[in-house]
Amino acid sequence: MASLNVLIVVCLLYVALLFAVAFMAERAALMGQGGWLRSPVVYTLSLSIYCTAWTFYGAVGYAARSGLEYLTIYIGPTLVMVGWWWGLRKLVRIGRTQRITSVADLISSRYGKSNTLAVFVTALAVIGTTPYIALQLQSVTLSFASFASADPNSSVPADSRSTALWVAVGLALFTILFGTRNLDANERHHGVVMAIALEAVVKLFALLAVGVFVVWGVGGGIGETLARIDTSEIGEWQMNGGRWAGLTMLSAAAFLTLPRMFQVLVVENEDEQHLRTASWAFPTYLMLMSLFVVPIAVVGLEVLPAGSNPDQFVLTVPLSQGQDKLAMLSFLGGFSSATSMVIVAAIALSTMVSNHVVMPIWLRLAGGGAAMAGDVRHVVLVARRVSIAVILVLGYLYYRVSGGGTALAAIGLVSFAGVAQFLPALMGGIFWRGATRVGALAGLSMGFVIWCYSLLLPSFGEGILMSEALMTQGPWGIAWLRPQALFGISGMDPLVHAVLWSLLLNTSAFILGSLASFPHPLERLQGAQFVNVFDHSGNPQSWSGGIAQSEDLMIMAQRMMGAAQAQALFQAEAARQGLGGYLPEPTPEFLQRLERELSGSVGAATAHAMVSQIMGAATVSVEDLLAVADETAQMMEYSSQLEAKSAELTRTAGQLREANEKLTQLSVQKDAFLSQISHELRTPMTSIRAFSEILRDAPDLSAQELSKYASIIHDEALRLTRLLDDLLDLSVLESGQVSLNMRDGVLSGVIDHAVAAAGVEGAGLIIRRDRLRENVPLHTDLDRLAQVFINLIANAQKYCDAPVPVLSIEVSRRGDDLVVDFVDNGTGIPSQAQALVFEKFSRVSDGQAGGAGLGLAICREIMMRLGGAITYLPGQGGAAFRLSLPARVALAAQ
Amino acid sequence: MSKAAKALFLERRSYRQRRLMDALRLLPLLGAVLWAVPLLWGQPEPAAGAADGTGSGGMPTSHAMLYIFGVWAVLAILALCLSLRLDRSVDKMDAPGGA
Amino acid sequence: MGKHVLVIEDEPNIIEAISFILMRDGWTVDTHSNGHDALDAVAARAPDLVILDVMLPGRSGYDILTDLRAAPETRDLPVLMLTARGQAKDRELAERLGASRFMTKPFSNAEVLDALRALVPS
Repeated sequence: MASLNVLIVVCLLYVALLFAVAFMAERAALMGQGGWLRSPVVYTLSLSIYCTAWTFYGAVGYAARSGLEYLTIYIGPTLVMVGWWWGLRKLVRIGRTQRITSVADLISSRYGKSNTLAVFVTALAVIGTTPYIALQLQSVTLSFASFASADPNSSVPADSRSTALWVAVGLALFTILFGTRNLDANERHHGVVMAIALEAVVKLFALLAVGVFVVWGVGGGIGETLARIDTSEIGEWQMNGGRWAGLTMLSAAAFLTLPRMFQVLVVENEDEQHLRTASWAFPTYLMLMSLFVVPIAVVGLEVLPAGSNPDQFVLTVPLSQGQDKLAMLSFLGGFSSATSMVIVAAIALSTMVSNHVVMPIWLRLAGGGAAMAGDVRHVVLVARRVSIAVILVLGYLYYRVSGGGTALAAIGLVSFAGVAQFLPALMGGIFWRGATRVGALAGLSMGFVIWCYSLLLPSFGEGILMSEALMTQGPWGIAWLRPQALFGISGMDPLVHAVLWSLLLNTSAFILGSLASFPHPLERLQGAQFVNVFDHSGNPQSWSGGIAQSEDLMIMAQRMMGAAQAQALFQAEAARQGLGGYLPEPTPEFLQRLERELSGSVGAATAHAMVSQIMGAATVSVEDLLAVADETAQMMEYSSQLEAKSAELTRTAGQLREANEKLTQLSVQKDAFLSQISHELRTPMTSIRAFSEILRDAPDLSAQELSKYASIIHDEALRLTRLLDDLLDLSVLESGQVSLNMRDGVLSGVIDHAVAAAGVEGAGLIIRRDRLRENVPLHTDLDRLAQVFINLIANAQKYCDAPVPVLSIEVSRRGDDLVVDFVDNGTGIPSQAQALVFEKFSRVSDGQAGGAGLGLAICREIMMRLGGAITYLPGQGGAAFRLSLPARVALAAQ
Repeated sequence: MSKAAKALFLERRSYRQRRLMDALRLLPLLGAVLWAVPLLWGQPEPAAGAADGTGSGGMPTSHAMLYIFGVWAVLAILALCLSLRLDRSVDKMDAPGGA
Repeated sequence: MGKHVLVIEDEPNIIEAISFILMRDGWTVDTHSNGHDALDAVAARAPDLVILDVMLPGRSGYDILTDLRAAPETRDLPVLMLTARGQAKDRELAERLGASRFMTKPFSNAEVLDALRALVPS
């Protein structure tokens, strides 16, 4: 008979072996010799922590009670593994490129590094995992008890509590020793992985050994065993279809979301290519693990006395057949299953607790100053170790409090359903860019609440945490809120019911929350990286290095600030550092400046995240940043386009209004001009017609009358001619078609000619001149200039109302210009009319002199053609006109 | 001549690789469908009488086991074949531009 | 004694022509050459008929006409308007303001006489 003491010795030896293997693996990895540590086989074997003691022992019990339903627990993960190309591959790639440390880290990273989310996931994971750890402790304890009861020499009755405690302490020790040995940035634990790979082999071998013994040793061969199966209690396919499908889905979800599975699948993954091997090897492993479960259960039901705990058949069947060594092996298998699960779960949870709960609190308490690298490392390690201890204590306490009954056994699937709540946020996060933090929080909260309400709390049994009335009538008698018949749908299996509703509502809340909310920039950045991980993660390190980083920074800055501004900034900085070109060293000062500049376009937080992520090694690839930068730029461009468009519209409207006003004005001016022309032409014609009719019709005119009227006709005809000449002259000048006859001459000569032509002699107008000053050589159209002078002299002659009219012609130089002023001593032009004197048909006086009002308009046009100007000079006593001619007209001849 | 042949070869090869990826994607669906078949199996109903002469409408557990484990083995073997046939560098072809 | 006409016009040659024609036809002719005090001239001379130019220095013929039509004693005074601005809208404006007759310069002497005779039957 097996002795409990021998068992304890073997057990301790086994533990010592594990320590040794872990230690050697750590050493080998440290010395860089760990090639064999990174083999796909080790990876595949490490995945076997999925098969815990609950499955090692419990599967047989499960089969003994419910037939083949236990297979769903393995079928789900098999489908996930076989479908690695869909989900796992992406998860692993993201985990590797983002340096993800846990499932909480992945979810929080994806949703903008939200710590709220991380804490939430961590809490949910602890709640879901603690009972599971308790379950492992229970199974080890029970297996000890099985041995103890089979050992007649056992002097010490096995105290299940102390066994559990010792196991918990031992596991804590191992986990702390190998789980927190170093703080690898990748959170990989070679020693632990190696140890659990060994344990995987042991438990598979143990189960297969028991299976082979049962089939060929007890059952009498395959055919015989199959026949036995068919005639047993579970000899017929009895399956609740809902449970079959529901549990398969649940185990598939849990396979991805269980913190310990995430740890070995993603965090401890050394090489993506290992997934290829695992894709067929792990399903094979699972198949082998479940292959002999039914035969063991059937044989156990046959050979063991009724009422034996089927959960211990793996152990008790060999024991009953006197196969102590096989039983011992089987015990080690179960022990391996329990310990490997507890170790990895504790590591995964402690990572989450320390990273997302302890560290943020510590950093806040310690303030920014204490965040020295060494300090942090130390704190993290202590936090990890304490977390591991606390988690195991929690597991132990849970085991003690729950009493370790069958209630505990049910907790396995409850725990699965709990962590399966991560699935929508996890899968949505890596496949859907629109998933947001708000959506993830909403989904997780919803799922958690439903899970607690309809599965976790009822699982403790009616009347313990939930009253019987609540269970059967619903809270406050609301029937459709009954925990196991939500929305009035009763008759469903409670587990399937809870999984269905919690995941359905979880997913709905997740999607609705995501659709209704708007993600932060960092969230969008992370979303782009996660969802598009395959687009640009092939070579994550390619851009590292000083100048390369600068270039990346510049590319990003150009997207955010515009090319010219970014180039100027970088060039200035390069020049300041004494470098040529556009790429400065990424010094801290420069990064700070760049961040400030960028924050102008995207806000401080995003700028910081972007710069720090470019500089902070391989967490973000440039393409991700560019994707977000592009989006930002597009949004900014769009809004500025809108602004520009509305400004342009306003401008266009203004221009249209202006054009319209101008057209209206032009039309008014045209009308006025036509009226004026008409008036100026018709007035002399009226006289001519009237008198010519008189001459024609009145035969009795005196000779004096005849001559008078004929001369009126003559004068008016001349007036008409003059007017037409002026009009033609003006139109030629205005149209710019005038040809100037440039000649050399002297100013005094031009004035002489003008005075003579104006017919001043004897007309009473006195002209004052300074002939010395007038001695200025000119090169211009002398005739046109004379025309202006004549006009001005004639005006003075016509309009100067002084008793002794005097016109002074003063020549001076102003700067380079030659200036000729014509000033008379009359009353001048009223100030309100000064602005108009150069307009066509503007007549200041009330028509007593009969000019058509074109003279000054012509003067202005001529002066413009000659390159000079004519202006009215106010405040000179009388009417004063100033002609200015440019220097080249005067100087060219000098 | 040789250049053209080589290009053609590469073309065929990448085509083959893409079809392998398709197969890899379909594999879990195949598994799910095959493992959903047991949902169609009749439940034992002693009162309903014998349809197949064994005195029960149910599927014997041994048959169920053979079927389920058979599917398992087929899936594992298919996964093995696909993972061996699929090039190691094939990940890059999964990018939108390369597919 | 013929009927009394007041000619309000600023072009001396036109005044001379109209005066000559009208006097030969037996009218008594008074003249006035600006717009400022044209109304005073009308009040002072109390003519049977007014020939009114539109473009007068100081005040436009339209304004004068408006005032004439506003005052009760001159409301029905026949007014022949003369203008050198030959646009249709000028004619319309004159008619709206109450001109008895509107003629565009240059006019035919006979036409003016016919118009005057029609306005003031003897």
